[in-house]
Amino acid sequence: MEITTGWYLVLGALLFVIGGTGLLIRRNPLVMLMCVELMLNGVNLSFVAFARQLDDIGGQTVVFFVLVVAAAEVVVGLGLVVAILRRQPGTTADDLSALKG
Amino acid sequence: MVELVWLIPALPLLGFFLLLLIGHRVGEPRSGWIATIAAGASFLATFVVFMGLLGRDGHSGDRSYEFILFDWLPAGSLKVEAGFLVDPLSITMALFVTGVGTLIHLYSIGYMHGDPKYSKFFLYLNLFLFSMLMLVFGNNLVVTFLGWEGVGACSYFLISFWHQRESAATAGKKAFVTNRVGDWGFMIATFAIWSALGTVTYTEISNSPAMSAATGTAVSLLLFVAAAGKSAQLPLYVWLPDAMEGPTPVSAMVHAATMVTSGVYLLVRMNSVLTDDALLVIAVVGAATALFAALCAVAQHDIKKVLAYSTVSQLGYMFLAIGSGAYVAAIFHVITHAFFKALLFLGSGSVIHGMHDEQDMRKMGALRAVMPITAGTFIVGWLAIAGVPPFAGFWSKDEILLAAWEQKNIGPLLWFVGLVTALLTAYYMSRQVILVFFGQQKWEEDVHPHESPWTMTTPLCVLAGAAVVGGAINLPLVKDWLVLEHFLEPIFHHPHHFSSGTSTKIALAVISVVAGLIGISIAILSWLTRRIPTERLEPEFLENAMYVDATYARVVGGAGTSSFQKTADFDAAIVDGSVNGFGRVIMKFGQLIQPTQSGYMRNYAIGVAVGALVIVAVLAWGLLL
Repeated sequence: MEITTGWYLVLGALLFVIGGTGLLIRRNPLVMLMCVELMLNGVNLSFVAFARQLDDIGGQTVVFFVLVVAAAEVVVGLGLVVAILRRQPGTTADDLSALKG
Repeated sequence: MVELVWLIPALPLLGFFLLLLIGHRVGEPRSGWIATIAAGASFLATFVVFMGLLGRDGHSGDRSYEFILFDWLPAGSLKVEAGFLVDPLSITMALFVTGVGTLIHLYSIGYMHGDPKYSKFFLYLNLFLFSMLMLVFGNNLVVTFLGWEGVGACSYFLISFWHQRESAATAGKKAFVTNRVGDWGFMIATFAIWSALGTVTYTEISNSPAMSAATGTAVSLLLFVAAAGKSAQLPLYVWLPDAMEGPTPVSAMVHAATMVTSGVYLLVRMNSVLTDDALLVIAVVGAATALFAALCAVAQHDIKKVLAYSTVSQLGYMFLAIGSGAYVAAIFHVITHAFFKALLFLGSGSVIHGMHDEQDMRKMGALRAVMPITAGTFIVGWLAIAGVPPFAGFWSKDEILLAAWEQKNIGPLLWFVGLVTALLTAYYMSRQVILVFFGQQKWEEDVHPHESPWTMTTPLCVLAGAAVVGGAINLPLVKDWLVLEHFLEPIFHHPHHFSSGTSTKIALAVISVVAGLIGISIAILSWLTRRIPTERLEPEFLENAMYVDATYARVVGGAGTSSFQKTADFDAAIVDGSVNGFGRVIMKFGQLIQPTQSGYMRNYAIGVAVGALVIVAVLAWGLLL
C-alpha cells in the first residue's frame, strides 16, 4: 500500500485536533503549552507534505519560521509558567484570570 | 554702532535674570544698584546707537536699520522675525524710556528702603524696562505685541506689589482686565493687517499700497482701541487712577512716563494706515478725554490721584495731536510729558516718603520749608505742565493746540476744548502746589516731615533740568530749530506742515499762556489768599469722577454678571454636556460587552477556534458557490 500525501495530511489534522482539544480541556499550564506545540507541529507536517507534493521549497521555508517562532514562544511561555508555578505550586490556568473584564 | 541695538533690551533682561538668581541674597541696597546699573548701561547703549544713527545720512532713507535675530514664526506665507527696527522714532522713544527709567531706578533705591520685597521690586522694574524696549524696537507688530503684553504683565505685578492690601490687589486686576479689552483690538488689527497686506513688518506695511477705505478705517479704529486701553483714553481710562495703588516710582515710570505712551507710539508707528475718518474719531476722543480727566483732577484730594487724572488728560492731548495729523507734536509732548510728569510723580513720592505715607493733600501744607529740594523741583514741574513759557510743557502743548486749530473739520472746537483743558490744568496743578507746599501747616505735630536722601533728590534735580530746557528740542518759528521734526520726518507717510501764519501762531500761543495764567490766578485767589470760597470748587460729582467707575461697576456687576453666568451655564449644560454624553454612551456600550472578558484562557481559546471555524466555513461556502 502506497503512502500518499493524504495520509500525512490526515496525521497532521489528527495532531492538530489532539493539541486543540488538549488546550481546551486541560488546566495545567505546562500541558497546555505542550498542546500548543502539538498543534504547531501538526501544521508543520501539512506544510512539508504539500511542499513535497507540489515540489515547492516555500512550504519547507515556512516550517523553519514556525520552528523559530515556536522556540521563541516556548522561551517566554515556559519562563512565565515556571515562575508562576514556583510562586504558587499547583496553579491551574483558570486561577490566572486577573485580566477579567 | 547701530548694530549694538540688541544690547539695549538685553541689558535690562540680564539685570532681571541676575536679580532672579542672586537678588534675594545680595539684599538691600545692592540689588537696587544692580538694576540701576543695568538700566544705566542700557541708556548708554541707546546713546551709542543714537550717535551711530546720527552719523548716517538722514535724507536717503539710510536712517532705518533692521537687526534680525532669527525667524520666529515661519508659517506658510506668514513670516514673522524676531527683529529690531532702529529708526528715528524708535530711538527717540528708547532714549527717554531708558533715560527716565534709569533715574527712576536710582530714585527707587531710596524710596523702597526697608521694604521686605526690595529686590523683587527691582526685578520687576528691569523686566518692565526690557518689555518696554521690545515694544519700542520690535520690527513688526508681533514683537511689539510681545512687549505690549510684557509691560501689561509688569504693570499688573507692580500695581499689586503690596498685594496684602485688598485695594492694591483689586487695582492690579482691574488694570489687567481693562487692558485686555485693548489687547483684543491689537490682535484683531494685526490679523486684519496681515490678511489685507500679507505682512506684519513695519517697513513693509508703510511701503504697501493703501488698504480699501473700509478696511483701513476698521484697522485704524482697532489700533485705536488698543491704544485707548494702554494709554487710558475714554472709555477705558478707569484703570489708571486706580493704578496709583502701586509704589510711587511705578506710578512715575509705568503709569506716567513710559508704558502709557506706548499707545501713542503704536499709532505714530502705524501712521501710514490711519485714515482720515479714524483720525477724526481719535481727535474727538482725545479732546474729550483731556477735558474729562482735567475736570476730575480738579476735585481730588489724594496727591497721586490728581497726577493720575492729569496723566489721563495729557494723554488725551497726545491723541488730539495724532488725530489732527501732527504726529511730531504728539511725540514731542510724549517726551516733555515724560520729563515733567515723572518729575511731579517722583516729587509727590518724596512728599509721601517725608510725610510717612500720608497722601491726603488736606493734611499737608507749608512743606516748602522742610523739603526745599522737593518743593523747588516740584514747582518747576508745575510751571512746565501749566504751560508757562519757556518751560518744556509750553512748547509741546502749544504745538498741539496749533495742530488742533488747523484740523480740517472741527478745528476751532477741538482747539477750544484743548484751551479749556489748559486752563483747568494750570488751575488744578496750582491748587496742588499750594495745598502741599504753601499756606498753613496742616499736619499733626507728631509727624516730622523730612527731606529725602540723595538717591531721591538727584533724579528730581535732573528731571527738573530736563523739564526746563526740554522744549529746546523742537522750537517753533525758526525752521532750523525744529530739530525733532526734521529728525522724525522720514517716518511719516504724509509729513504734517503747519499752514498758519506767524501772527496766528503767536496769537494762539498768547491766548494759551493767558488761559494758563488765569487758571493759576484762580487757584491763588481761592486756595492761597482765600478770596474765593473753596467749598464749591470740589463738587462731589467731580470728586467721584462723574460716577463713571460706579456706572461700570453697576453694569458689569448686574447685567454683565448675569449674562456671563448664563454663558457659563450654557457651557456647562450644552457644550460640556454633549462631550460628556458622548463619553457616557461609549462607557455604557463597554459595560454591555464587559462579561465576554472572563479572564479564563479556555474561553479565549474557544473564541479563537470558533472564529477560525467561521472563517473556514465562509471560505468553503464561497468555494462551493
